[in-house]
Amino acid sequence: MQLIEDANKEALRRILEGDPVLIDVVPAGQVIPALGERVLLHAGPPIEWERMCGPMRGAIAGAIVFEGWAADLEEATALAARGEIAFHPNHHFDAVGPMTGMTTQSMPVFVVENRRFGNRAYCTINEGLGKVMRFGGNDASVLKRLAWLRDVFGPALGEAIRSVGGIALKGLVARGLAMGDEMHQRNVACTSLFLREIAPALARTSRDSERLAEVFAFLGSNDQFFLNIAMAMGKAIMDPVRGIAGSSIVTAMCRNGTDFGIRVSGTGDTWFVAPVEMPQGLYFPGFSAADANPDMGDSTIVETIGLGGFAMAASPAVAGFVGAGSASSAALYTKAMGEITIGENPEWTIPALDFAGVPTGIDVRLVVDSGITPVINTGIAHKEPGIGQVGAGVVRAPIACFEQAVRALAEKLGGVA
Amino acid sequence: MEQKSISDLLDAEIKVVNVGLEGFAAELSAAGVPVIHVEWSPPAGGDPELADLLSKLGA
Repeated sequence: MQLIEDANKEALRRILEGDPVLIDVVPAGQVIPALGERVLLHAGPPIEWERMCGPMRGAIAGAIVFEGWAADLEEATALAARGEIAFHPNHHFDAVGPMTGMTTQSMPVFVVENRRFGNRAYCTINEGLGKVMRFGGNDASVLKRLAWLRDVFGPALGEAIRSVGGIALKGLVARGLAMGDEMHQRNVACTSLFLREIAPALARTSRDSERLAEVFAFLGSNDQFFLNIAMAMGKAIMDPVRGIAGSSIVTAMCRNGTDFGIRVSGTGDTWFVAPVEMPQGLYFPGFSAADANPDMGDSTIVETIGLGGFAMAASPAVAGFVGAGSASSAALYTKAMGEITIGENPEWTIPALDFAGVPTGIDVRLVVDSGITPVINTGIAHKEPGIGQVGAGVVRAPIACFEQAVRALAEKLGGVA
Repeated sequence: MEQKSISDLLDAEIKVVNVGLEGFAAELSAAGVPVIHVEWSPPAGGDPELADLLSKLGA
């Protein structure tokens, strides 16, 4: 159908022309006015308290205490269960968040501006590994780290980024791909490149060498630090693609630990939702599939722009880490994703595939026709709150979301259905 | 033209191209038969209504 082909061409043009620049780190409430008292954003499509998984509930209780809306976790849980906290998806407010995806008013967020289209997107700062809120952690150590991010790290990084007029991300990601990152489960190259670029500005704007050392130590000890920047970048790239009449291109994929949701350009902001699947992967010593929570997080925005599982061929180390097989089989994942996308990104290329661009622009028609579903590289959370990451793996987007989208698009186009 | 019977076919070395269900390829491979597997599934998972919609949408 020509209308769809033209609309998808426009969608791909907007994706490829995106020019994401990291311009600031600010408290979320400053850029998301709706984030007032007792308002909380979470990962994935909309969900009510009763259907939330353990880590999501744990993170919410922690976030409530962190904001001072309850004195302790018990009171916080009761508050949430009584319906006294407003829950909304990050995606409804130009934001994304990893795993549980907690965003509340005082949490610092990266601000990424798409300079080609003028829109902005937000994502909180990666907390590191171990016991962290994104995996449902909520004890004193988790809240203490969040307070340090809010009071020390966020302001310091924001000032440094502003002092250099922002950091362009597209080129940085291109170099990261060539260095073995796929930007979902491997971000060590981009984190290092980012640290190299921001270090002089951090040094110049710092007034306390001990605090500066803490900031460097935090950045240098977290290989996944760049993930959250990549996520805000993905959101900033994809938002201008929303709402193109007739387009069958996916603009968002996300999960809340219970449901998987997608949005498609030609059907506006409707969520197409199906039960989320369990990742297949490798577990850290002492853990097994019996400990795992179903998949969660808004981080699938990186697959939506052609990175993560779609760029598996760039990152043979990840194929082993997520249990996807041999280094050579990594290329098969990327090639399979080429079957369900409408183009390649010439600026983000993969050396191991003779510098082919990453598969870009997921077409729901191609997914349903072929039965090949998007592949996602993901961390695996323990199903009980507070324990943290127990493994890493690969998960597939449920095909039911794409089937619903095809039907809705056909109905929207009238006469076809 | 010489007519070959099915028994002649099985007398020679068997080379198999398996389309669809991967289990068949795995069984043959385990029995030492050279096999190439082609991943294939019916369009739209075999759902005729969905396949019809896809065809109208130009997939």
